[in-house]
Amino acid sequence: MTSVVLNPILDGYALYAIYGAMALYTVAFLLFVWHLSRLSAKGKKIQATALPIQRAALGILIAAAAIHGAGAVMRGIAASRVPWANMYEFSISGSFMIVAIFLCAWFVREIRVIAVLVSGFALLVLGAATTVFYVKVKTLMPALQSYWLVIHVTVAVLATAFFNIAAALAVAYILRSWGWLGKSKLPIAQLAKRVLSVFPETKKLELLSYRFNIIGFILWTFTLAAGAIWAERAWHRFWGWDTKEVWTFIIWVIYAGYLHATSTRGWTGVRAAWLSLVGFAAIMFNFTIVNLFFKGLHVYSGLK
Amino acid sequence: MSSSLQSNVSHGDEIRSPKLGFGGWMRWIWSQITSMRTALLLLLLLAVAAIPGSILPQRSADPNGVTTYFQNNPQSAPILDKFQLFDVYTSSWFSSIYLLLFISLVGCVIPRIRHHWDALVSEPIDIPRSLARFPAKKTVSSRKADALELVGSTLKRKRFRVKLTPTGISAEKGYLRETGNLLFHVSLLGVLVSVAVGGATSFSGQRVLVEGDTFVNNLAGYDSFSPGAWFKSESLVPFSVKLDRFQAIFDLKNTTNVGTPLDFRAYVSVKNSANAVSKNSLIRVNYPLEVPGANIYLTGNGYAPVLTFKDADGNVSFSGPVIYMPQDNNYTSLGVIKNADAKPAQYGVLSFFYPTAAKLTTGALTSSYPAPVNPLVSMNVYVGNLGLDSGIPSNAFQLAVHGLKQVAGGKSGTKALVLDTIGQTIALPNGLGTVTWDGLKRYASLDIDYNPAQGWVFGFALAAFLGLAASLLIPRRRVFVKKTETGLELAAMAKNDDPKLDSILESLTESLKVKKK
Repeated sequence: MTSVVLNPILDGYALYAIYGAMALYTVAFLLFVWHLSRLSAKGKKIQATALPIQRAALGILIAAAAIHGAGAVMRGIAASRVPWANMYEFSISGSFMIVAIFLCAWFVREIRVIAVLVSGFALLVLGAATTVFYVKVKTLMPALQSYWLVIHVTVAVLATAFFNIAAALAVAYILRSWGWLGKSKLPIAQLAKRVLSVFPETKKLELLSYRFNIIGFILWTFTLAAGAIWAERAWHRFWGWDTKEVWTFIIWVIYAGYLHATSTRGWTGVRAAWLSLVGFAAIMFNFTIVNLFFKGLHVYSGLK
Repeated sequence: MSSSLQSNVSHGDEIRSPKLGFGGWMRWIWSQITSMRTALLLLLLLAVAAIPGSILPQRSADPNGVTTYFQNNPQSAPILDKFQLFDVYTSSWFSSIYLLLFISLVGCVIPRIRHHWDALVSEPIDIPRSLARFPAKKTVSSRKADALELVGSTLKRKRFRVKLTPTGISAEKGYLRETGNLLFHVSLLGVLVSVAVGGATSFSGQRVLVEGDTFVNNLAGYDSFSPGAWFKSESLVPFSVKLDRFQAIFDLKNTTNVGTPLDFRAYVSVKNSANAVSKNSLIRVNYPLEVPGANIYLTGNGYAPVLTFKDADGNVSFSGPVIYMPQDNNYTSLGVIKNADAKPAQYGVLSFFYPTAAKLTTGALTSSYPAPVNPLVSMNVYVGNLGLDSGIPSNAFQLAVHGLKQVAGGKSGTKALVLDTIGQTIALPNGLGTVTWDGLKRYASLDIDYNPAQGWVFGFALAAFLGLAASLLIPRRRVFVKKTETGLELAAMAKNDDPKLDSILESLTESLKVKKK
């Protein structure tokens, strides 16, 4: 490209949209917490009041996602390209994708209870994005000027979103299968047990988590392969053990381990769920620590 | 090695006999290696083993980082090196993990291929005696004589493989799941072999090309060259590439973005062989030039001021473009001239180039924009033996100033030399002669690579991806139907949890009811 017109004013509006989405996510998060507490309370009468709260929370979550999506799109227009070329943009687009996929999966009744985790996580990511990762609109460096930026990164964002929802389900699964919680007489354990009783049974949680993980794994495999093809074009070799390549590989191997664990005697259930959490922790590590502190070719945070 | 199927093949967990002969031990070891648990542990081990390579600099990706690490940690670096921690991905311990993993894969996949082949060529299995323990069951009363045939044809329409007997039906679908699973694992093996073959037959070379210069593809044409073990230099195709012009476009319009590179363009003339017609072409980042026997990539660029050094008598000791290495985003660049032919004494020059020179408040020079708006060359001059005749190879981009006497710049008492106009000539100190700034050229750093196995790697990776998707997304289901006195007894199972089983049985019985009307 020889000339690009950036629009910092529109980027300002995009940032307001992100702040607005954060406010709505906060409200949705609190309503979902309230909904859970109502649902897990003793007494049918109180439980019956839970449904309208959930409906309201869902409405606000949809509004939050809409404003969030608009913010990401405006940022893209302001930079006249896809809005995922640095950490700030990847954060706002990635968290939007997580919420969008979750909303698409709303028809699966059992998944609805993790709305608390999803809205809370989106809020957390946007908080970090606006305070730590924010950079002004910049043009793409020549190494990123490729249609592979659209393919490789979109699929990576999608994979991350699926892994994220699977990890949230795995957390619920691990807590529900935790024997100590069932036996303990401590008030906090009693409370946790009541809240967890609202969640789907363990077998369902395990299956749902597995479903999201296999989609995530297929997408991650694609991310890795597409990244290799792009690396051949941009960096004259398809695989060079760059730090980001190493971590993409590590994450892939951990989830491959998870898939094997789900059909290995003695490793199914809680152990496999832990592996899925280790995998997601590696993704978060790859996105934050590796981006900011490790030396490598994928230095796209835009932060100094 | 299945990712989701409970294997029908023995995985060796059953062998628990305390007394084994040699053959027995070998079988036991083999069964351990090929067990799913071993594969799982090796995978986790591989993930952990890959970590140190992302923390410590690696010779393959960052050789300068390794050198710096040795300088900063002279105590620990040699110990780490002994454990191959600067070459993690070619180390014996990393290699043994993935080789064991692939042995385990082969040992697991071969019997499964045989087993799956048997399943593919034979009919669905016999109907189990009892359908009581199936995850999905249904009984339906029907007096129709052809009830079995009706269900059978519905199953066929649903693309089940159907075995119809007078007493019942055994049907199965989703064979592609296991086919995909096996294809995935075999393709991974293909990727590994192609990568290994590619590594041995490929080459990778670098060449810095100044505007007007021509690269000819032979060993002498490269600044650095790393061939694979089986590479033969005769196989180099004698193409040539001339850099006609290099263009770097930087943003001037957007205030938040001034000086950011928008595009780098290397305009070249290419001849595919010594006698071929020259063709104009363009190399950009992300858009390598493909010529027979190699791809040419643009990996870097910078400025090459053209300088002429003369001695006091006017004899030219050095003349030509000098490669300056960019040190920051505004192309403040560092160049080194080792003037070994100078008379009466050898001298070296440490020089900075500023495309758009500006003064910091401290008085030091800096560059404020990457394009040559106000170009300036400054020089520090060192007199003494440059050590070029000793036969020890030295870095052309570094001047070892130790043992040399500085005569211009720094604390030498004489100011650094400054050339701020192209065409300007100034005197060197100590009667060393003069230097003239003749012109300003740009250069492109090119990578010339060839990997004949690349297509194979890509093909196997694609096959692995398709196989993986099939093995995870296609459900494998069995349906059994038994004729009873009052009607039919239906049961279904899948190789893993499958919520659709009940609805399948439902639709089978539905089709029966519709036909009744």
